[in-house]
Amino acid sequence: MGKDKLIVANKKFNSRLIVGTGKYKSMSECAKAIELSGAEIVTVAVRRVNISNRKKPLLMDFIDPKKITYLPNTAGCFNSTEALRTLRLAREIGGWKLVKLEVLGDKKNLFPEMIETLKSTEILTKEGFKVMVYCNDDPLMAKRLESAGACAIMPLAAPIGSGLGIQNKINIKIIRNQTKLPLIIDAGLGQASDATIAMELGCDGVLVNTAIAKAKKPFDMAVAFKKAVESGRLSFLSGRIEKTLQGSPSSPKKGII
Amino acid sequence: MKKIKKIKIKLNGKVKTVNENLKIIHVIKNLKIPIKKVAIELNHVILDKKKLSSINLKKNDKIEIVHFIGGG
Repeated sequence: MGKDKLIVANKKFNSRLIVGTGKYKSMSECAKAIELSGAEIVTVAVRRVNISNRKKPLLMDFIDPKKITYLPNTAGCFNSTEALRTLRLAREIGGWKLVKLEVLGDKKNLFPEMIETLKSTEILTKEGFKVMVYCNDDPLMAKRLESAGACAIMPLAAPIGSGLGIQNKINIKIIRNQTKLPLIIDAGLGQASDATIAMELGCDGVLVNTAIAKAKKPFDMAVAFKKAVESGRLSFLSGRIEKTLQGSPSSPKKGII
Repeated sequence: MKKIKKIKIKLNGKVKTVNENLKIIHVIKNLKIPIKKVAIELNHVILDKKKLSSINLKKNDKIEIVHFIGGG
C-alpha cells in the first residue's frame, strides 16, 4: 500500500480521504478531526471577512495550508458567475489553482446544476485552474466534464449532508470503467462503511464532511472513515471473488468421517 | 487648511464613511486584516495585493474582503 497514492493534477497524496471543514463545533475540533482522519486535502469556503469582530479565529491559524492542501470550494454558488468569482478570489488569496467546483441548482436537495457546472469547468480550465468537479452520477455528463478539462470527477453518492450513502452503484461503476481521471465520491455518505463501498467500487477517494462533523463522536468517526477508506481500497486492489448462486464448501470433502 | 471631504463606501456589504481618496491599503491596515490571508475586490474587480497602496477610494466604491472559512 505504500506506493498506492492518490494522484490529482500531478500531485501525490498518501490519504484517499478528503475532509470538509464545515459544520464543526469549533475550529479546534475541526483541526483535531482532520488530523485523526489522516486527510491531506480539506475543502474550504470563501466568505467575507468579519469586519465588525476581528477577534474571531481564522481557519489558517488552526489548519496550516503548508501542511494540508486547501481545496477552495464554491459551495453555496447557484450559477456560473458566482462560482467563477469565488474561485478567482480563492486563487488571489494565495495562488490556489487546485479547486473544487460545485454549482448547485436546487436549494432543497442541493443537486448540482450541470449545465452551469460544465460551462464553468470549461472557463476555469482555460484560465489555468485544475478543476475537481462535483457532479451528479451521470456517466454521460461525466464524459462531458472530462472533455471540458476536469482534473477529477466527483459524483454525489446522495444529496449533500443526507447521510444516505451510495444510491446508484451501477452508475458509479460505469463512470469508473470509462475514465482514468481520479473518481472521488463527494457528498451523501453517512457512515464509514459507505466509504468502503465507494472504494470497493474502484473509486480513487471519498470526500466527507457532515458524516464526521455531525457524528456524536467526530474524532472516533474520523478514525473510522480513515480505516474504512484504507480497507475499501485494499479490498478493491486484492481482487474480490466471483459472485455465484451456488454454495462452495470451504473445507475439503476428502477425509470426512 | 483644506477640509477633508468624507465619502460613503460599502465594505463587505456595510456602509462606511471614510475620507475621500483614502487608500485601500489603509482600510485593510486599520482593520488589522492579514493581507496574505485575504483577497480583495473593488467594484467586482479583483485587486493585485501589491498595488493596494496606489488605489484611492471614491464615492460609492464597493469593497469585498474575503478569506477561507470552514466549508464542505
